[in-house]
This record gives sequence, structure tokens and C-alpha cells, in this order.
Amino acid sequence: MTDTALHPSAFHAHGDHHDHAHDADHKPAFFARWFMSTNHKDIGTMYLIFAIVAGIIGGSISGLMRAELAHPGIQYLGTWASLLHGGPQSLDQSLHLWNVLITAHGLIMVFFMVMPAMIGGFGNWFVPIMIGAPDMAFPRMNNISFWLLIPSFTLLLASPFFGGAGNGWTLYAPLSTYGEPGPSTDMAILSLHLAGASSILGAINFITTIFNMRAPGMTLHKMPLFVWSVLVTAFLLLLALPVLAAAITMLLTDRNFGTTFFDPAGGGDPVLYQHLFWFFGHPEVYIMILPGFGIVSQIIATFSRKPVFGYLGMAYAMVAIGVVGFVVWAHHMFTTGLSVNTKMYFTAATMVIAVPTGIKIFSWIATMWGGSMRFPTPMVWAIGFIFMFTVGGVTGVVLANGGIDDYMQDTYYVVAHFHYVLSLGAVFSLFAGFYYWFPKMSGRMYNELLGQLHFWVFFIGVNVMFFPMHFLGLQGMPRRYPDYPDAYAHWNTIATIGYMIMAAGMAIFFVNLIWSLLAGKKAEGNPWGAGATTLEWTLSSPPPYHQFETLPKID
Amino acid sequence: MSIKGLKRIAIAAGLALAGLSTVASHAAAPAAPVSAATPQAAAEPGNVSNIAPTTAAATAPAAPNSPLLAVDGAPGALPTPGIGQPTNGVFGLQPQVTRNGEFAHWMHNAVLFPVITVISLFVLALLLWVVVRYRASANPTPSKTSHNTFIEVIWTLLPVVILVLIAVPSIGLLQAQFKPAPAGAVTLKAIGNQWYWTYQYPDNGGFEVTANLLKEKNEVAAGERFRTDADGPRLLAADNRIVLPVGVPIRLITTANDVIHSWAVPAFWIKLDAIPGRLNETSFTIDKPGLYFGQCSELCGARHAYMPIAVEAVSPAQFAAWVRAKGGTMPAAGTPSDKVIPQPGADGSAAKQEAGETTANATGPVENATVAAPTSPQGATNNPATGNAGQ
Repeated sequence: MTDTALHPSAFHAHGDHHDHAHDADHKPAFFARWFMSTNHKDIGTMYLIFAIVAGIIGGSISGLMRAELAHPGIQYLGTWASLLHGGPQSLDQSLHLWNVLITAHGLIMVFFMVMPAMIGGFGNWFVPIMIGAPDMAFPRMNNISFWLLIPSFTLLLASPFFGGAGNGWTLYAPLSTYGEPGPSTDMAILSLHLAGASSILGAINFITTIFNMRAPGMTLHKMPLFVWSVLVTAFLLLLALPVLAAAITMLLTDRNFGTTFFDPAGGGDPVLYQHLFWFFGHPEVYIMILPGFGIVSQIIATFSRKPVFGYLGMAYAMVAIGVVGFVVWAHHMFTTGLSVNTKMYFTAATMVIAVPTGIKIFSWIATMWGGSMRFPTPMVWAIGFIFMFTVGGVTGVVLANGGIDDYMQDTYYVVAHFHYVLSLGAVFSLFAGFYYWFPKMSGRMYNELLGQLHFWVFFIGVNVMFFPMHFLGLQGMPRRYPDYPDAYAHWNTIATIGYMIMAAGMAIFFVNLIWSLLAGKKAEGNPWGAGATTLEWTLSSPPPYHQFETLPKID
Repeated sequence: MSIKGLKRIAIAAGLALAGLSTVASHAAAPAAPVSAATPQAAAEPGNVSNIAPTTAAATAPAAPNSPLLAVDGAPGALPTPGIGQPTNGVFGLQPQVTRNGEFAHWMHNAVLFPVITVISLFVLALLLWVVVRYRASANPTPSKTSHNTFIEVIWTLLPVVILVLIAVPSIGLLQAQFKPAPAGAVTLKAIGNQWYWTYQYPDNGGFEVTANLLKEKNEVAAGERFRTDADGPRLLAADNRIVLPVGVPIRLITTANDVIHSWAVPAFWIKLDAIPGRLNETSFTIDKPGLYFGQCSELCGARHAYMPIAVEAVSPAQFAAWVRAKGGTMPAAGTPSDKVIPQPGADGSAAKQEAGETTANATGPVENATVAAPTSPQGATNNPATGNAGQ
């Protein structure tokens, strides 16, 4: 039953006979097309451009951080603070700038790079096409989902000029309430409100689209795994983001209207904020990685010329990860004074997540097993993803142990762990998806040599940057430090060298991007051959402005 | 500044002398209960109660020159490279000097680290194998297999078994860490402030010690104290060290005056958040004398990296002497503070009572003057931030 879903021949015949109708490519004029857009592909493109811009900003901020951390002592923060605020700044203001940088890096990468690229970008582009729908269910809502991000990002980027929000991306109270006066933190909170509203609207749109607009014959159990991953992600967004909205609204009223939700002087409790935040925050990390799982599943199947191994297991492993992801939040809080029974529960529940994750890893390998594999750029990124995500996953099993966290909590071991699953997990899957779908989206092939070079330089760079952070954590280096005891210098210097290698890899990516858009070879409808079985490969590259005016029928 | 410094040294010397005379006359009696009441201490020959007076007597004559007893906290023990502080360029955990620390250290090095290494290498080997064996040139026709119930059951159950094997020692470790401090424990209350630690010894007369970062020579004004290598590494050395006895259970209580901080000493395998309005509690027993460093581990504002923790672990007799030098007292056996304190989370625990009290204290002004209320949260816990030198 599931096999048919992954065999294109079944719907090839029905898929594209109306796609080249003469009115399908009628595009509105520039302003109407890009500013009043209701086309899922155009909105997806805008999301991707937005994510690339945000990624450049967030990645540059991490460059500033790695420069400052290259050697012990405060090197550049004073200069940067005086550039930002004009005139010489006190030591405290320089050090505060550090906290502003780490906060901005975290928020930008989570809310303005990974999420818009994965869900807004690839989700918008390919979910409707993969289920055989002409567009999203609510095209105008789709547009406002994107445009809410613009004021949101503007608020966040403007906040450093009003002092800067230096609370970390977690915005823990009371540092974010009476710990930091001034408008910056309010701006960051409002920014999150807008980004959250954007994501909730997007989630509603995806759920409605996937449940109601599948082409005839496209049952839930025939949907490509990428669509499954976005469906699960949309439910996580829908359930988690309102809790974040509530928590940061309470921060706002604590800050401005005299409430004391998180202030013990008025009967509140700072730990309440952490529970609320991580009830959102832990599903959030799966929101960032689940679409990546979907992308990697498509790519592995395509380039192994084999259907995904254990399709149902793969789909329900994602559902299981989503469900269990909601009941493990307090493993972020093992040192806050939880009772021993609570710690035991959250230790056990957290370890459970390793089981569906293991199913996915082994199913990907089993998909390749017996396959006929080719290794163009997207496949190399996908295989890199599997290994790097495994490394990040197993350190997660270490950190799941509440007793171990009396040492590891808030050290660089945690930083290494979550960068392995995000910078080397989610970001690898983003690049894999980008190279995989670039011919489809742009109509041009990327440069294979530059793509491979990008992978290897980036792969070496991020490993040189993040692997030593495990060693720093094992030696006890706390995170969010602008300066550290000299005994942490060795691995920090190596990590900064890793950043420079990674940055060189990114330069190759941008050269490839520009070159390919301007001079890339024209892409065929299906450049990947027999293994590419999902509906987007039945369309031209780029697809017509409106696809599937007559719905494809899936047998 | 220099006059103030001289004055403090004079007071320190006076207190030290006063403390010493007490030690000389009562050395045996008060020092004994601390270690004698403790099973762990009794088990270790170096800390048996009848040795304590001898040690105290031995230190007593040398005491006026012994920096250990100076209230100003000038260094007694010298920092040992590789112990109680990070080491440059190595791979591995810091050596542990508490029993739970050794347990956790074992669990990481003997259980978790081998397991995750083997799993990662196994996945890597599988990937390399499929890439070589099933590349298109080696295997032109792909198989059509997309299900194998047996292998799917295997790779679901095998991880479950591995996780259960990890969970057994993990739950044991949590239990061990949760064990409340027994009677006779020394209570240390660590209070986080932006950006320094204050410490209280509620069972020892409640005297208070404030620990600030020791600045580098080029960062201080002339005549001000700066860090030397005897104090400890840069960013880890504090102007006042916390002195704790070895072999005696320590009851650590943390709280904070402003924002959340976290009291962490890697060599003890201890990290406990210091949260305003809450009292967190844990316990540990230091096995080896020495100097152990830690750093604040919860983002607390600009100088988060600049509030070090320096703990000097000494024999119980030396600890008693230090307590007296600080103007504190050693509790006699059977005093109320000698009882086991109920654990946080339990009904009627100290944490809940304190939270209730602060609420009661603070809600008064809130009802009457809503405008003024939010502006004064920092005094809510009523912990005096005295001795805030250099801030």
C-alpha cells in the first residue's frame, strides 16, 4: 500500500496534463506579485530569501562571538560597544553587549533562520505540490504569516540601539523583568509575539491544507514523509507557541504593569517562567529538526533509487517524537531544585525519545542498504546529516541523565550538543534540501563542484568549531561567558579557527548561489532520475505559476 | 581605599587572635562533635575526633602567621594544577573529590562515554559500508525491499535495552545525590548577588563572608589587592575563600538577592541554581583537602563571568579554628541546628516557609502602594549584602 505512494508512474500520467495551459503562467505585476502575494511558491521564495538574510546576520554575530572568544581576556567588546552606542563605554556596557550578542544569535537562528527556511520556505514551496494541491488552503493568511516576520525581525534588530536585550534567548525572569530596565527587552518580547503569531497562522494553514487539499487518492499513508514531517511540526507549533505567548505576555506585564507572576516579592516564582518557557522550548527544538527529517528522507530515497524503508515506522516515529517532545521539558531545568521524583521521571522520559530517533537513523541506513546510490551534493549533505545528528543525539542521551547534569548543565557540553543537532543537524538538512530543490525552484542547476566543495569545507569547519566544545564542557567551562580562565584557551582558539573554515565554506555557497542563478545550466523537470518519485518532479522546473489546475489522481 | 584596607586587616588580625585563644582553650571539646557525629568522618582515620585536637593544637602556635586564619581570606592552601580547576587542552572531566562526584565520574567514563562512542562509530561504519557497497557502480539495480518487520523490531528493542541499562545507574545516582545531609552536617548558605557571592554559616553563629573576583594587577588602583598565582587562576580566584571541612557532610543551601545565579563547583559535581525567593538544598562530602574553584553558571547579567567560587577544604579542626577566627561558633551536639532539615518540596520545608514569609512581608506595600511595590524586589529575601567591597 505504501509502496504505491512512492512510485511516481502511478500519477505521472494524470499529474501534468494541464500544467502547461496558457493561463497557468500568467503572473501579476511586480508589486502585486511580491507584496500582495497569494502564491505559495512566491511566498516560499520570500521566506527563503528572508532566512538567508537572517542567517547571514546571525552567522556574522557568531563570528563576532568566536573572535572575542579566540583568546582569554576581553579583546573587542569595548570597541564594538563604543561603535554601537557612540563614544567610550564602561566595562559593564561592553560585557552587556556580549549578552546582547548571544541573545540575538540564538533568537535570530531559531526564529528567523531555521524556522522560516524549513517551514515557511520549503514547507510552503513543496507541501502543496507534494500532496497535489494548487496552493495553500488560506493564501492570504499565508501572506500575512510572512509579512508579520518583517516587523518582528525589525524590532529585534533595532533593540540593540536602545541598550540591547541581554537575557539569552530563553529570556529567564527575573533577569528579563526587573533585571533589565529599558525598552530593549520589551522590543525583543514583542518581536517574539509577532514571530509566534506568524508561526501559529502558518501552522493552521499547513494543517488545513494537508487535511483538506490532498489530491484524490493521496491518503495520509501515501503522503511523502516531508509532508508528514511538516504536519507533525505544524501541530507542535499550534500547541507550543500559545504557551510561549502566555509566558512572554506575563514577562511584559511584570515589566510594565506591576504584576508579579515571576517575582517572589509579590508571591510569584521565577521557576514558573522556566516551566512555561520550556513547555514551549522543548517542542521548539523538534519544530526545528522534524522538517529536516522529512527532507533527508526524500533525498535518501531519491538517490538510493529505493522507497523509504519502513515508511509507516518513519511517519509514526515522527509523531512519537512530537508527542514525547511535549513531556520532557524539565530536563532543561535539572539544577533548579526539582524534587528527586521529578528528576527521575524527566530523565526516563527524555531517554525514551532516543528510541524513535534511533528508528529513523536505522531506517535511513536501511533505505540506502541494497540501493543504487549516487552522491550529488544534496545526498552528501543528507549522509553528513545522519552522522552529525547521531553524534548530537548521543550526547543528548548523556545530558538526559539528571545526575550528570549537576556537572554538565549550562556548560559548553550543552552548547556542543545543541549545535550538533542544530548547526550540523538542522542546517545540514537545510542545505541538503536547498541543493535538492534548487533546480526545481529556480529552473537552473547549481554547480556540482562548488556544491561538493561547500559541503566538505563547511563539514570540516563546523566539526573543528563544535567538537572541541565537548572538551571545554567536560572541563567545566560555563556557557554565555565573554571571558574565561586561561585553561580554556586551547580549545577555544581551535573553535575559532573552525569558524573561519566554516565561513570560507559559506563563501563558496554564496558564489555557487549567485553563479547558478545567473549562469546555471537549465534544469529539466526531473533532474534526479528514476529515484525522484514525488509529485514536484512531475512538473516543469520551475513549476508553472499555478500548478494542478486539474488535480492529479493518485492510484 | 588604602586606609579602609588597613583597617580591615587590623580587624582581621584582632579577630584572628580572638579566635585563636578560643581554639587554644576549647580545642578538644567543640571541634569533636562536628566530626564525631559524622559516620563518614569516623570512617576516615585522618578525621577521627581524637585526632582533631592534636591538629588544632599543632596549628595554633603557627596561627598568627598562618594566612588560613586571616579573616581577609589570604591564601592558605595553594592551588594545585589539575585539581579543582580546569586544565588546558585536555579531554576529560575534572577529577572528583566527593563520593557522588566519583560515582557520576565513573558513570560518565565507564558507561555513557563508551556507549555513545560505540553507537556513533557503529553508525559511521554502517554509513561507510552502504556508501561503498551500494554505490551505483557497485550495485546498478536497487533492491525493492521496503519492509522487514524482524529488523525493525530489533532496532526498536535494542535501544530500549541499552537505555534501561543506562537508566539503572542514572536513577541510582539521582538517589545518591538526593540523600539529605545527616545530623552534624555543616550548613553553607550561598547567596548570589550581581555580581558576587555572599556566604553564611547559619549553624556556626551566622557570620557572613563575601567573595568577589580578584582583579588582575593592571586592573586595580595602587595599593589595592590584586590576584597572585597563590590565589588561583585568573577569573577563578576570589578575595575571600569559602572554608569547609573535609570528611564532614556539607549541607549547601542556595538563594539569590536579585536574579538567578547558579553555584557550581565541578570538582564536587555540584551545580545548584540560586533563585530569588527560593531555598535550594543539596549535600556533599569533600574527601580531600585542597582548593577547588567554580564559576557562576546561570546567566545573571553583565559580569556573569566575573563571580568566581573558591572553596578551601581543610581538616575539621582547622575549620573550627577558621570559624572562630571569623567570629563564629561551633555548635554543641544536640542543638536545633544539628537536626536533619526537611528537604525542599516536602510540606513545611524551610523553602516553602521562607517563600511564604517573603511573600507576607512584601505584600503589605503592594496592597497600599502599587506604584512603589515593583521597585523594591531586591530586598525581598532580607539577606544583607554587607561587605560589598570593590563593587
